[in-house]
Amino acid sequence: MSEQAKRIGDTLLRVEGITLSFGGVRALNDVSFEIKEHEILAIIGPNGAGKSSMLNVINGFYHPQEGTISFKGRERKRMRPYVAAKQGIARTFQNIALFKGMSTLDNIMTGRMLKMKRNFLWQALYWGPALKEEIENREFCEKVIDFLEIQAIRKTPVGRLPYGLQKRVELGRALAAEPEILLLDEPMAGMNVEEKEDMCRFILDVNDEFGTTIALIEHDMGVVMDISDRVVVLDYGRKIADGTPDAVRADQQVIDAYLGVSH
Amino acid sequence: MIYREAGQFKSSYGADQAIFPILQDRIAVAIMLAIAVVVIPLVAGPYWLETILVPFLVFSMAAIGLNLLTGYCGQLSLGTGGFMACGAFFAYKLSTAFPELHIVLVFLLSGLGTAFVGILFGIPSLRIKGFYLAVATLAAQFFLVWMFNKFPWWNNYSPSGVISAPPRAVFGDFYLTGTQATPEIKYLFLLAFVSVMALLAKNLTRSRIGRSWMAIRDMDIAAEIIGIRPLFAKLSAFAISSFYIGISGALWAFVYTGSVEALAFDINRSFQVLFMIIVGGLGSILGSFLGAAFIVLMPIFLSNAPAALGLHISVELVSHMEFMIFGALIIFFLIVEPSGLARLWQIGKEKLRLWPFPY
Ligand SMILES: Nc1ncnc2c1ncn2[C@@H]1O[C@H](COP(=O)(O)OP(=O)(O)O)[C@@H](O)[C@H]1O
Ligand SMILES: [Mg+2]
Repeated sequence: MSEQAKRIGDTLLRVEGITLSFGGVRALNDVSFEIKEHEILAIIGPNGAGKSSMLNVINGFYHPQEGTISFKGRERKRMRPYVAAKQGIARTFQNIALFKGMSTLDNIMTGRMLKMKRNFLWQALYWGPALKEEIENREFCEKVIDFLEIQAIRKTPVGRLPYGLQKRVELGRALAAEPEILLLDEPMAGMNVEEKEDMCRFILDVNDEFGTTIALIEHDMGVVMDISDRVVVLDYGRKIADGTPDAVRADQQVIDAYLGVSH
Repeated sequence: MIYREAGQFKSSYGADQAIFPILQDRIAVAIMLAIAVVVIPLVAGPYWLETILVPFLVFSMAAIGLNLLTGYCGQLSLGTGGFMACGAFFAYKLSTAFPELHIVLVFLLSGLGTAFVGILFGIPSLRIKGFYLAVATLAAQFFLVWMFNKFPWWNNYSPSGVISAPPRAVFGDFYLTGTQATPEIKYLFLLAFVSVMALLAKNLTRSRIGRSWMAIRDMDIAAEIIGIRPLFAKLSAFAISSFYIGISGALWAFVYTGSVEALAFDINRSFQVLFMIIVGGLGSILGSFLGAAFIVLMPIFLSNAPAALGLHISVELVSHMEFMIFGALIIFFLIVEPSGLARLWQIGKEKLRLWPFPY
């Protein structure tokens, strides 16, 4: 943990005054925080607090009514998700969003989409530069597959995989893009203890080996306290605390709003 | 014990990515090609070549085109007939306006023209999906056939509204169209042309663009978040699909029937090709061929089988039976095996790989 703390750099992403409503429902209300380079930030809060909505705002899937987001110093108000992807923002979903009809390998190769440049005429020939590109990217994806220890299911259609493995493949697909920031929406939800431990290890290793900045939503407080450098707490669309795990755990407002209620 | 991949280790990702990674498959494909090129033209009579193999190859082309759009990219289209009509009439206008243009170039250019029409009618797919998109493509179907029927410019003011392919040679004296064309040349030309086009389609589906289509098909929201632009993915699928379907329409008019009117490409044609890919296998190039073979062969089988068994069934009943069997099969494939005959073929191969030890 201390070694990680040393690596943490400047602000990579800053959200400021984000307000997002759906009709009458205010999912987010004037929320501001920042994510620093190389850190692991946990976003916690009760169900319906607006956590998933926050990630959706960051990667351009929802457009907030108010507020701005600056990523790598560039400020923006609206953008399409694929532009966010191009700038280096990757994510996984609370309800797995894999390409069910495709194999594990194809899912991960699809995650590498933006690294491939050859036009469709070359692809139709599948030869020369296009073949070279395909093989080079396959090699990278194989590294991701080795890293996540999913070699055995490489060619299996992901629709047939158990839940825990699907979550892992989804992480692989996000990693294949070599993102600068990785947004994980409840990566451990519905997993057993062993699967959770594996997933924690993968997240820490990604952060450690590739220096990827990570923002994750998690309910398991044990996990949050263990792996995150900093914690942001949301409640009813507002930010109620922001600090180190220990500081947040001691915060009276957090205890009242969140830790106090069992769930 | 014969069909084994044991001992065949793939030492590179390139080898692993091959279409036929198993040696026995490659041998089988080579043998099949040899039969198709050498044996069939020798033993098959003109009836077989002209009424079965030629339409089979033309339909395969159309089925590949529709499969790229519907099977791979998930965009349901009922406009196949209309796009085939585009190909046929574009080819007719091109070959009569520029008689010196090589016939293969005529086919490719009419495919290109159809691709643009496909993009145009694909634009609604950016907003609507599934059933509603199908209705929009249905509008394309009716509009296109109406247009080719309505304006005599398209058939060079022929009083019957029928277009007849002018005689053209692939090279030298080898006439592909017109009265001098022989069934053998038609068949061999189509075999080569459709095989190459199928290979290119297969390559697309195992490359980046094919993966972007499948991603849009399986979950468009996640696809966009990965960096796939839905606009580009969908319109490229419409374009390339229409390119194939347009060429198949040109082949239909020029090589298969020789003369045709716009009504040959009505809504029934669209459904026929759609049934091919459902029965053959959505999202499979091999399935496009299997489906085309099935739908070309089945009516012939049905009209001959009862007689061969000594039964006397009226022609009317046969055509009713055809509908019933199609209906049943389509329901079967949609519900039980959406990946079609291609999947059954694969399951068969997997079983064979383990045979005779099932565990
Ligand atoms: N697409 C949407 N349409 C309407 N309401 C939404 C939508 N997404 C989220 N919400 C609402 O916003 C609030 C926050 O939801 P969410 O961000 O999913 O919370 P969390 O992830 O913290 O559980 C909830 O009240 C939810 O009903
Ligand atoms: Mg959520």
